[in-house]
Amino acid sequence: MATVIHPEARRRVQRLERIWLDRPGVLGWLTTTDHKKIGILYLFTSLVFFGAGGVEALLVRTQLLTPNGTTLSPGAFSEVMTMHGVTMIFLFVIPISTGAFGNYLVPLMIGARDMAFPRMNAFSFWVFAASGIFMYVGLATGNGPNAGWFDYVPLASRTYNPGSAIDFYALGLIFNAISSTAAAINFIVTIFKMRAPGMALNRMPLFCYAFLAVSFALVFALPALSIDCVFLELDRRLGFSFFEPANGGTVLLWQHLFWIFGHPEVYIIILPAFGIATSIIPTFTRRRMVAFPMVALAEVLVAFIGFGVWAHHMFAVGMSTITTVYFAAASMIVVIPSAIQIFAWLTTLVTGTPIFKTPLLWIIGFIVFFIIGGLSGIMFAAIPFDQQLTDTYFVVAHFHFIIFGAAVFPLLGGLYYWFPKVTGRMYSEPVGQASFWLTFVGSALTFFPMHIVGLLGMPRRVYTYQSGLGWDGYNMAETIGAYILAGGLMLLVANLVVSYFRGPKAPDDPFGGATLEWSIPSPPPHYNFAVIPRVTTPYPMWDEQDRIEDMRKLERGEMVLDGGHETPATSVLDANWDEVIDMPSDSPWPIVTALMMSGVFAMLLTGHLVAMCVFLGLMALAVAAWHGAEPEHEAAT
Amino acid sequence: MLAGLALVLLISGCGQSQGGQSTLHAESDQSRKIMHLWWGMLAAAVVVFAGAIVLLAIAWKRRNREGLPAVGKDENVSTGLVVAFGIVVPVVCLITLFFIADIGVVNATSAPKPGQAQMKMTVVGHQWFWEVRYDGSQAVTANELHIPARTSVNVRLLSADVIHSFWVPELNKKVDMLPGHPNNIELYADRPGVYRGQCAEFCGLQHANMAMAVYVDTPARFRAWLANQARPLAPPAAGDARAGENVFMTQQCASCHTIRGTAARGTIGPDLTHLATRKTLAALTIPNDRANLTRWVADPQSIKPGNKMPGLNLNATQLRQVVSFLEGLR
Repeated sequence: MATVIHPEARRRVQRLERIWLDRPGVLGWLTTTDHKKIGILYLFTSLVFFGAGGVEALLVRTQLLTPNGTTLSPGAFSEVMTMHGVTMIFLFVIPISTGAFGNYLVPLMIGARDMAFPRMNAFSFWVFAASGIFMYVGLATGNGPNAGWFDYVPLASRTYNPGSAIDFYALGLIFNAISSTAAAINFIVTIFKMRAPGMALNRMPLFCYAFLAVSFALVFALPALSIDCVFLELDRRLGFSFFEPANGGTVLLWQHLFWIFGHPEVYIIILPAFGIATSIIPTFTRRRMVAFPMVALAEVLVAFIGFGVWAHHMFAVGMSTITTVYFAAASMIVVIPSAIQIFAWLTTLVTGTPIFKTPLLWIIGFIVFFIIGGLSGIMFAAIPFDQQLTDTYFVVAHFHFIIFGAAVFPLLGGLYYWFPKVTGRMYSEPVGQASFWLTFVGSALTFFPMHIVGLLGMPRRVYTYQSGLGWDGYNMAETIGAYILAGGLMLLVANLVVSYFRGPKAPDDPFGGATLEWSIPSPPPHYNFAVIPRVTTPYPMWDEQDRIEDMRKLERGEMVLDGGHETPATSVLDANWDEVIDMPSDSPWPIVTALMMSGVFAMLLTGHLVAMCVFLGLMALAVAAWHGAEPEHEAAT
Repeated sequence: MLAGLALVLLISGCGQSQGGQSTLHAESDQSRKIMHLWWGMLAAAVVVFAGAIVLLAIAWKRRNREGLPAVGKDENVSTGLVVAFGIVVPVVCLITLFFIADIGVVNATSAPKPGQAQMKMTVVGHQWFWEVRYDGSQAVTANELHIPARTSVNVRLLSADVIHSFWVPELNKKVDMLPGHPNNIELYADRPGVYRGQCAEFCGLQHANMAMAVYVDTPARFRAWLANQARPLAPPAAGDARAGENVFMTQQCASCHTIRGTAARGTIGPDLTHLATRKTLAALTIPNDRANLTRWVADPQSIKPGNKMPGLNLNATQLRQVVSFLEGLR
């Protein structure tokens, strides 16, 4: 559909251009409600935080290069280590996967012109950015959160942690959760109601299944974390005793609530990666996914079962054996959906005809690392082994293979895969492959020896260690690996930056992708689809008849919806045509609301309750303006 | 490949000398069972990993073949493979693992039943040292546990402040020390020796320097050691040590430390009644000799930054005297 030839078709496209035109310049970025621009904002912001988290990782590894390192003081180590975890999870992986990839791609894959709630989408982004800045203000002012990313009480209580470091953590995460919750609700509604006509649930791309599962998991998991942080703030600021054993509280309440959030969180982190893998593998093997319904079901099941396994993070706290056995069994059950997916990917690769280009290489790396991390994960369902190795470097190895190897590798592969679509330029294939190999080797060298050093007894979260325990060589290898890994990532960034300016022009569909985003020009127009596509299969781009039919419709003016800022809504299960929705235009109110909310949290932190109420009032006014000032669209002339 | 590498590295890492804390150097029945569990799981994991690598190699062999359709043939066969290797095989493996690990080994490492243990003691975690007490004895020590060989010892685990975790990997799994939730663990060592342990739950600034040593002695030697530890201070006769006791009692030392048989009854720092019998200072941070002891008393913050002991600004004479006193606490 790239070359619109028919004059009638061109006229319609020009009209769509006019209707969906965004404000130019900086103001355009601040007020945008275009899911693509918001996705780009998410991408750059989360990459900045990735850089910060990466520097923190390198600081930690430099400190641990040799025994008795002196790069960081014990206090600085605690802050850097905590912020590394908080940043990578809350400010990098979740925002880049849901915020950047989900925002940009879900509407394109389901044939929609925007997310269901474009202004709430903008609001999610600004709240996310503000919450990240909020926590980094803590670090910059010497009040960096320092009790580890899981922030166990009583180490995080006021008695043992006076000052505001933990308040930055607790309020920052409550703030951040508002963003993620809003984004998740937006995805659920978008995926259920905005799919192109004919895209029944059984024809929806597996990528969207992953995001649907993630969104439900977020909506149900985040309240546990938020309430935990509220309890902590009540304890710290107002002298409540939720976690205070002397007054009848219990320190284990924090851990239970934290992990009720924290384990689903693992699947929240990894499911988007699964979604990306199930997009890239069919394209580069030129073959449909094996066992499509089973994979879809597995993606949803993983998110669901993930809620029943949280206490396997707590096997060493002294629960009764029967309790630990229950959670171990549940943890084993969650292995099955993951095994189904791994073998579906492997079988697709083996029975297809793979082309080992850069995006697929990252997916191969992902599969290798996910198997290693998955196998070490199964070992933790063996209770006594868990109790021996938990809180050692073996755990650090395990979850970095999962969170970095399995969750981030597909994101990086996805960056390459969709780069031509987003920018209209091709990346450099040789440099892309070099960046993969460098990152792959660096990751293996960083994280694999951690298994061994953990088995040799090295606890995690130590700022230093003594010589003579057999740990020195492995630690040195890990640190060298970390620098190689950083080099690989920098090569990736350099490749994409140079290609953005100098790369050859990309065609609409450079890889022969299966899903709808490849049916539109690169980069996509503001309105995404000139014709609302009709979908009759899960691989709409591989069924060319439908796309040729779309072309004819554009000429005839059917399904163009050029009467206003419009997109269709369809029924939840079968995606039958429901109605045409008039989409809201760009607006300054989401960012203003987010700013006022930042004021509320800043005043809560500093204890200025009157000022906080003022900001609350202003926020209410901003929300009113948001909903009040809806400009009417003129009917098409 | 990676797993094979691991095997080589692990075996080379096995021959630890005494005083290490490797989970692969088991010195008790419990620790050995966990270690065997690990080797078994590793063997199974290597097989699975190798299988996956073989599949990837087949995919590599089939790369870029021309003229094949975008739809795979024999979808039923492919789906069957996914069911076999994604569901059936994992279920069988997991059920096996469940019965071995979570029904079998889990009982071997669980806390001793009441009446099962031959000896009882208590370890209290502090930021950042371990307080050690023996049931039926006055003895209180720090950072060094002594137990008799081939004896089942029930250790009660408490915390005085934040969460710590008691872990001596060559003897048993780890168990957390939680404020308000007492836990128990069994220690049983096959033979005399020294086993290193370390706090395994992040407990603040000096989590890294919170180690301990478990000395396993013959029962006779253990009894002699315990009898000595239970004795209160024998007051030094004269000289520097006598003057040092004075310094200890009049400067701030006594407000944080206990020396049984004197007015020093502080509970913030470790009991020092028999300090000179310990091999290390500050939870295995530095060896316990005159030079280090002097360094520690003069400026503890430079050695273990953030610990609870302030620098006391003693003059050179006072420092010499108090170190002489401490050296005599045998």
